[in-house]
Amino acid sequence: MDYEIIVVGGGHAGCEAALAASRMHHRTLLITSNIKNIADMPCNPSIGGSAKGIVVREIDALGGEMGINADKSLIQIKMLNYKKGSAVQALRAQADKITYPKEMLNTLINQENLTILEAMVEDLIVEDNQCKGVVLENGKKIISQAVILTTGTYLKADIMVGDTRKREGPHGEKPSLHLSDNLRKLGFKIIRLKTGTPQRIDKKTVDFSKMQLELGDPTYHTFSFDYPPKYKIEEQVPCHLIYTNSKTHQIIKDNLNKASMYGGLTDITSVGPRYCPSIEDKIVRFADKERHQLFLEPESLYYDDLYLQGFSTSMPYDVQEQMVHSLSGLENAKILKYAYAIEYDAIMPTQLKQSLETKIIGNLFTAGQINGTSGYEEAAGQGLIAGINASLKLEGKEPLILKRNEAYIGVLIDDLVTKGIRDPYRLLTSRAEYRLLLRHDNADLRLREYGYQVGLIDEKRYQKFKEKQEKIKELQQLLKSNKITPTNQTLAYLEEIKTPLIKDGISLYDFLKRPEITIEHIKNFIDIPYSEDIIDQVIIQNKYEGYINKEIKEANKMIALEEKKIPSDIDYDKVNNLASEARQKLKEIRPTSIGQAIRISGVNPADISILSIYLKKEYANERK
Amino acid sequence: MEDTIAAISTSLGIGAISIIRVSGPESIDIVNKVFKGKNLKEVESHTINYGHIINNDLVVDEVLVSIMKAPKTFTKEDIVEINCHGGIATTQKVLELLLNNGCRLAEAGEFTKRAFLNGRIDLVEAEGIMDLIEAKTEKSRQLAINQVAGKVSNLIRNLRNEIIEILANIEVNIDYPEYEDIEVLTTEKIIPKINIIEEKIKKIIKESENGKLIKNGINTAIIGKPNVGKSSILNRLLNEEKAIVTNIAGTTRDIVEGQINIDGIILNVIDTAGIRKTEDIVEKIGVEKSINLINQADLVLYVLNNNEEFDQTDKEIIEKLKSKNHIIIINKNDLVSVLDKNKISSDNIISINTINEESIDILKNKIKEMFNLEQLETEDFTYLTNARSISILNKCLESIEQVKQAIDQNLPVDIIEIDIKEIWNLLGEIIGETYQEELIDQLFSQFCLGK
Repeated sequence: MDYEIIVVGGGHAGCEAALAASRMHHRTLLITSNIKNIADMPCNPSIGGSAKGIVVREIDALGGEMGINADKSLIQIKMLNYKKGSAVQALRAQADKITYPKEMLNTLINQENLTILEAMVEDLIVEDNQCKGVVLENGKKIISQAVILTTGTYLKADIMVGDTRKREGPHGEKPSLHLSDNLRKLGFKIIRLKTGTPQRIDKKTVDFSKMQLELGDPTYHTFSFDYPPKYKIEEQVPCHLIYTNSKTHQIIKDNLNKASMYGGLTDITSVGPRYCPSIEDKIVRFADKERHQLFLEPESLYYDDLYLQGFSTSMPYDVQEQMVHSLSGLENAKILKYAYAIEYDAIMPTQLKQSLETKIIGNLFTAGQINGTSGYEEAAGQGLIAGINASLKLEGKEPLILKRNEAYIGVLIDDLVTKGIRDPYRLLTSRAEYRLLLRHDNADLRLREYGYQVGLIDEKRYQKFKEKQEKIKELQQLLKSNKITPTNQTLAYLEEIKTPLIKDGISLYDFLKRPEITIEHIKNFIDIPYSEDIIDQVIIQNKYEGYINKEIKEANKMIALEEKKIPSDIDYDKVNNLASEARQKLKEIRPTSIGQAIRISGVNPADISILSIYLKKEYANERK
Repeated sequence: MEDTIAAISTSLGIGAISIIRVSGPESIDIVNKVFKGKNLKEVESHTINYGHIINNDLVVDEVLVSIMKAPKTFTKEDIVEINCHGGIATTQKVLELLLNNGCRLAEAGEFTKRAFLNGRIDLVEAEGIMDLIEAKTEKSRQLAINQVAGKVSNLIRNLRNEIIEILANIEVNIDYPEYEDIEVLTTEKIIPKINIIEEKIKKIIKESENGKLIKNGINTAIIGKPNVGKSSILNRLLNEEKAIVTNIAGTTRDIVEGQINIDGIILNVIDTAGIRKTEDIVEKIGVEKSINLINQADLVLYVLNNNEEFDQTDKEIIEKLKSKNHIIIINKNDLVSVLDKNKISSDNIISINTINEESIDILKNKIKEMFNLEQLETEDFTYLTNARSISILNKCLESIEQVKQAIDQNLPVDIIEIDIKEIWNLLGEIIGETYQEELIDQLFSQFCLGK
């Protein structure tokens, strides 16, 4: 049996990559070191969150699995930023850590064209800088046309607690010992990163009466655009909020030198995520803060572990015991799993193309934590794109590259390949320039067409989407073509609802733009026979029209620059007058367009002018 | 799509005519916005059109405008050239107006660069300008940075810091909505912060304009009813300082008719002829024309006679002076007081006479105080002299206006943030710093977050 595409790793990136490739009709092999860990959630028991929740919607719009799978396994869900604007709203769900992997494994097993193999990959087969397959730990070779690496934190993973360091992955799993060295031999720049996870607490030993209840929303939500909710509002499981106190802080200060990162271990060179500091980091860096917020989140309906969000640490076990017991409500708590820090190898993502294919080895793609990101959603988004692009490459088609104004996934990949990383990368809404365009509610309008084109969205789902598009247009047209005129009756009504009177006729569409006017007021004039999601979409586009247009205008400027392509064979040493830092950065990152070049730090407008002129000149020469 | 660029393309000497060149897809549209005369969108290509450059219905300059439509132009883009007649200060004003209406100030060599990129000039010529552009852009960038080095650039940097704190706070509320310990920045809390920033920007603009005035001279109009003593005051200023009244050569339609030098500060006195000849400007030319004079001036000296009643004409004119740098001079304070000072609504009132030699110092000191001259001289005050920076600051004020409107309309904070971010980016343009990563760094250093 030979395979067209091999996916190495069965985490969130690997699952999406394998499903995308097999659904695009390519014979796909998913190799995982342990089938039990497929779609595992080794850290927080939640899917979504600010920006990340929008990524899950984007994955769903494109035909990926994460949204559907999260809907099947969630035990609590809420819309974040509900009181803020629709541009920044995002879903966050507590997903059951048993159900989520189980459902995903089920989907993988039932997927045509997809085979799962339990094995450890230690090397790649590379001929003429083309990846032709993988070599397993036992020396066995498996041939394929493309390989997607989604190895997560398993490359030379070290688990660190206090002064101990053990070469193992999450759950004490065996890590890959040689793959990252072999990648280095192929010419990849390997970096070492670090992350951590907090304690798990036994639910039965917690005094919840001392904690603040955090409930799910009283309305239904789904990540998926196609399927109805599968949970019951009243059956959602709560989370709890607690705070650290002066006693906790004293314990940490007294034991600081025992933490791996504060002297416990002296051989640490890796960089931890800025957005995810350990509790000792927080206490050192924000010394004047009297307390820090912590959440207790249920991991599953089927076992008793509670995830203590905010308490990640690399302290030794005995100190962790003291720390946990200092917390209100956890005085007698039993720690089921201790917190740890984990170090792992990753590749510098500037070595990737926008398609996630590596620049130096053809037909080799990478996605997820190996590219220096953190987070299930970031991994899944990249996995999906890598799976799609490996497939498109085999089909001889152009890759799917999402622009920064089209998707958070586009922002994520562009940031990685253009700017590189210093610490594990997490998506934030602040990383997106055009976030009013990248909303939770319009992910399907932005991306479903692409999903259909590549073949991940079937005819039925596509037709449903086309109908939605049609209805939005219809409703907009309805509001634009119906006018209100200053009749006595209308004027009396306007007065009653305290909105300025009109002198001339005005379309309902323009009338709706008034901040104080809602769809209920409009219903006073005409029937609105449309469902809530259609109405919401029209309202958002209506109320924020000015701002949306502003962002579209900005985005168009960016797109114009993206269309100024830089040929892949450009020799930057031949471009006279470039500043030396700019030349070095351009040589390293090799942007594909002027637009991408502008985003590289260290490349100044003057360098861009020089580059533009050079390109024009070379282009003219070629034409002759 | 390329943006539309503009620059003064004649040297800034004392020439009779200055030409502003505008190139780009929106050049005709933008000039048309500030032009009164034929509709430039409808005129034939390669024609010269007579008219006026106006700002809010007020005439800035009398001009000839050449329209040259793409592709038969230097840059192969639509080009508009404006022949200005009103001297350097006026040309600067016209340029500022264009920048405020959507043009970007051209970089050194940019017209030539466009000519090349659009295939108008050949490779040999282009090779020649390569070095030029490199040298000039680098130099002008350095120059720009040096120019704003010191006090003003610090002011702008501090402003940006204040703004980025607001931004980071909003962002953190969005990205970490469940952190209850972090202050939630509501619109009520944003308003006072934005007001402070607005005040500071206005102050920088004002001081920069003052600085510019020092360099180019303060266009000053002395007006008042007959026999209030306008020409006596003028002569006092002249005699006392032995300054010379000269005509600037070559201006065809001079508004600036004479220059008075007070301790190194130049007052360009507008319409001195009018003052000297007729002694009764207001009567002769009427209130409407006085207002026209006021609009052209950077400083208005309105002269009242202590020995006469304050009347409706005075009231009307003083009303118009509110938004202007102005000094109300109550002259002839050696005579019996008939004028009711309480009727004058202004904070800048001085009382003098032209008999006593010291009396005129009160006026001079008032002018110095008004334009912050003491400070400018003693503290080596660096101000933003270029039109680009000032037009960027004016855009900041527009964005602040947008922020306030959005708050009024109860729009959510992330929408309001769009314009706040714009202000931050605009200020960054002045000092050459605009980088999204700054915001993210701020986010993590200012707030305590994590799992």
